[in-house]
Amino acid sequence: MLILLGAHALLAAVALAWPRAGRHAPLLCALAPAAVLAWVAWQAGPVLDGRPVVEQTAWVPQLGLELTFRLDAFGLLMTLLVAGVGALALLYSRWYFAPDRPDLGRFCGWLTAFAGAMLGLVLADNLFLLYVCWELTSVTSYLLIGFEDERVEARRAALQALLVTSLGGLAMLAGLVLLGQAAGTWSLHELLARPPRGAAAEAGLALVLVGAFAKSAQVPLHGWLPAAMAAPTPVSAYLHAAAMVKAGVYLVARLAPAFASVGFWRPAVVGVGLASMLVGGWRALRQHDLKLLLAHGTVSQLGFLMVLFGLGLPEATAAGVALLLAHALYKATLFLVVGVVDHQAGTRDLRRLTGLGRRLPVLAAAAVAAAASMAGLPPLLGYLAKEEAYDALWGTGGTLALVALAGVVAGSVLTVAYSARFLHGGFAGPPGAASGVPRPAAGFVAPAATLAAAGVVLGVAPALASELLVPAAGALDPAAPAEGLALWHGLTPALGLSALTVAAGAGLFVGRAGVATAQARLALARGVEEAYRAGMLALLRGAARVTGVVQSGSLPVYLGTILLTVLALPGVALAGGVLGWPAGARLAGLEFADSPVQPAVGLLLAAAAVGAAVARRRLAAVVLLGAVGYGAAVLFVVQGAPDLALTQFLVETLSLVAFVLALRHLPDRFTHRHWRLGRASRVVISAGVGLFVAAFALLARGARSGAAVSGAYLEQAEPEAGAANVVNAILVDFRGFDTFGEVTVLTTAGLGVVSMVVLGRRIGAEVGGVRPRRDAPGDPEASRDAP
Amino acid sequence: MRPAGSLVLTVCVHTVFHSTLAFSLYLLFAGHNTAGGGFAGGLVAGAALVLRLVEGGPRSLRQAVPASPLALLGAGVALVGAVGAAGWLVGGRFLESGRLTLDVPLLGTVKATTSLAFDAGVYLVVVGLVAAVLRTLGEEDVPDRGGDRP
Repeated sequence: MLILLGAHALLAAVALAWPRAGRHAPLLCALAPAAVLAWVAWQAGPVLDGRPVVEQTAWVPQLGLELTFRLDAFGLLMTLLVAGVGALALLYSRWYFAPDRPDLGRFCGWLTAFAGAMLGLVLADNLFLLYVCWELTSVTSYLLIGFEDERVEARRAALQALLVTSLGGLAMLAGLVLLGQAAGTWSLHELLARPPRGAAAEAGLALVLVGAFAKSAQVPLHGWLPAAMAAPTPVSAYLHAAAMVKAGVYLVARLAPAFASVGFWRPAVVGVGLASMLVGGWRALRQHDLKLLLAHGTVSQLGFLMVLFGLGLPEATAAGVALLLAHALYKATLFLVVGVVDHQAGTRDLRRLTGLGRRLPVLAAAAVAAAASMAGLPPLLGYLAKEEAYDALWGTGGTLALVALAGVVAGSVLTVAYSARFLHGGFAGPPGAASGVPRPAAGFVAPAATLAAAGVVLGVAPALASELLVPAAGALDPAAPAEGLALWHGLTPALGLSALTVAAGAGLFVGRAGVATAQARLALARGVEEAYRAGMLALLRGAARVTGVVQSGSLPVYLGTILLTVLALPGVALAGGVLGWPAGARLAGLEFADSPVQPAVGLLLAAAAVGAAVARRRLAAVVLLGAVGYGAAVLFVVQGAPDLALTQFLVETLSLVAFVLALRHLPDRFTHRHWRLGRASRVVISAGVGLFVAAFALLARGARSGAAVSGAYLEQAEPEAGAANVVNAILVDFRGFDTFGEVTVLTTAGLGVVSMVVLGRRIGAEVGGVRPRRDAPGDPEASRDAP
Repeated sequence: MRPAGSLVLTVCVHTVFHSTLAFSLYLLFAGHNTAGGGFAGGLVAGAALVLRLVEGGPRSLRQAVPASPLALLGAGVALVGAVGAAGWLVGGRFLESGRLTLDVPLLGTVKATTSLAFDAGVYLVVVGLVAAVLRTLGEEDVPDRGGDRP
């Protein structure tokens, strides 16, 4: 499985790095999902028999992070959708985009990466791996939604999708950590096998739900999905049918059988799902843009899925699995159809489209099959799924199930109505009205036709679908019913409800003029959008305010903050430790000095330090500071540490030079201006830190509890590192990783100094009207090549 | 017109400059067994660059280090990282050190460890940092003296 994900990444990288691939990029990239399909077909036998395929690779074993992939029957269903719809969307984009479009490779690369992330998500068994893939789908969908980055609404929609889903993702991460901690495992299927209980686990569960709702565009976090219609159509088709929004449903489906009995779960999931179903359906009825109509329809259908999975009842889960498959097939078909219509007719506005049904019969047939499946008309897969859902809810009984049933029926009535609206608006009309619309290439229609045909075949031959769906439901919940879908159950209440649904939906469609006036009167406030905008604005203002407080721009304040922290945390701890220590042990074995040179140097050091603090001239202060450094070097020499002394001397010298260079920018003497941090507080902080450091140095030597490492280093230096100089052996070998880090820090500091000075010079030039020297006649750079 | 630099200073600096660089290289190579190392070596080389800056201004500094200081920094980090990654290649851990002992005529036994390359990376970073600071801070300030003016 790792190899298949690697193939996605590799092909994505190839497509991104090879912009001239042009028309070949979609075909090339489709190889990755095609390989997944082949692999899944190969593995299907044992997996559907209930023997999951598991692959485990160490990632960061020290942290318990593992790349664990697990393919069970539900994962197989999801993988089929992810790879199948992914491959078709890629093939489709070959015709959707203009052939000479230079960024087709970029598009295919991101779409392939998106497919790979989604594949990883449905296969992941480790919770952190799941989270990583989850966020990868957010990032790649951001790039895809904002693909046409010259359009401002595309950029805005992409940002909104990213913010909403990744904020939800962060909540989910916290939730997953809580759940994993409570369960004592990071494996998803072990977590589900032994679901933890208790306050922490329940809080975690609530956070995970927030993430799932955000990802699956559930009310009130649904605003980003209709906005994401700014994406190119292949992306919309994929995003709505198989990827991204299905992730939240997927997670709820996984968790529900284990956690549905937790108090808040069922009311929360069913409530949110029903609200989404009704709001989405209601708003779909008033859209004129075919794509927007479908987008609101997706919100509605995702709500339906949430209700079915969220109940966590075996029968409802089985119905949910069937609806998941049906929704993927018809929603992908419909989006692909809209893409073709938009491409050929140049508009998606159902008020302007007319007569397309006669002009593009194959496309219209696919659209009719898919929309009928969406409306739940027999003998299509959507009908079977909805029938089973009604049946499950009716049979369960109980207040919640009945409320859910009523809501689902109402939502399905809306679904029938907007399906009819879609077909009527998109395709109806007198023959010849659309004779000017060019016919699409066969390959352009083929993906939509394939998916629509699949919906019809699986509907007519439900046994075929059951082969896949029964094990998938069984993988979620072992108690799920073993009998599959059937077209005819006899005269059941569900059949009656279906008939009622279709009749009421048809009634809504026929009376659409009345519905439209009612909607116009009732016009729901665009509250969600406004809340999002206000939230964004508040976030930006808040960030500006926090930055203003934290980044005061005053060096004494920065230093004072750091030093006060030193005093507050380690300082207080040290004071506490000193008080708890027996007095005799505190300073045992302390001698005044090892040699007579030490006190002499120490005195000079102290004098220089005091001098530096009280000096009036900057240069004097710098020189005295240098004297302190040289004094420390002398102490190192006295102690027999030549490496340290050498380095100290050199560093001191170079710092002195850097100081002197910098001093040329500053006045000769320290100025007595108003400082944010008053003189008294600066003196107090300095004295406190000085005391702390001195006390620490005195006490640390007596506090050793383990053996010194120096002995071991001295022994190992020659045999292990091949070095006679133990200091160097430590630097480049034993603690080489530290040195690596320090070298990186030095480099970063160098970059910082250069950019700061260059930037400062540029700002100075702009403010002061002084042209930078670079352009001056005597510029060394310019004259270097001159003779 | 800027005042001409002191001839004595120029001669002295040019006399000392190359021997200082040689000494810095000696510190780099000797560091494994006696006092020194890449850090100290790089600092000594940096001191040599300071001499050039004081003597001839930014132009003299540019002549001494024709490469971009940032390139030196990057090369140093890359070298250090490459040595670390080489540890993986030979099947060990990151930064696992290797060693090669050669009997070279005239020089006797020469012991080469991967640590030397690591230290060379540190040396490059330090020289690059000093050169970057001197070039950016020294650019406007030290009067441009000496060098070959057109």
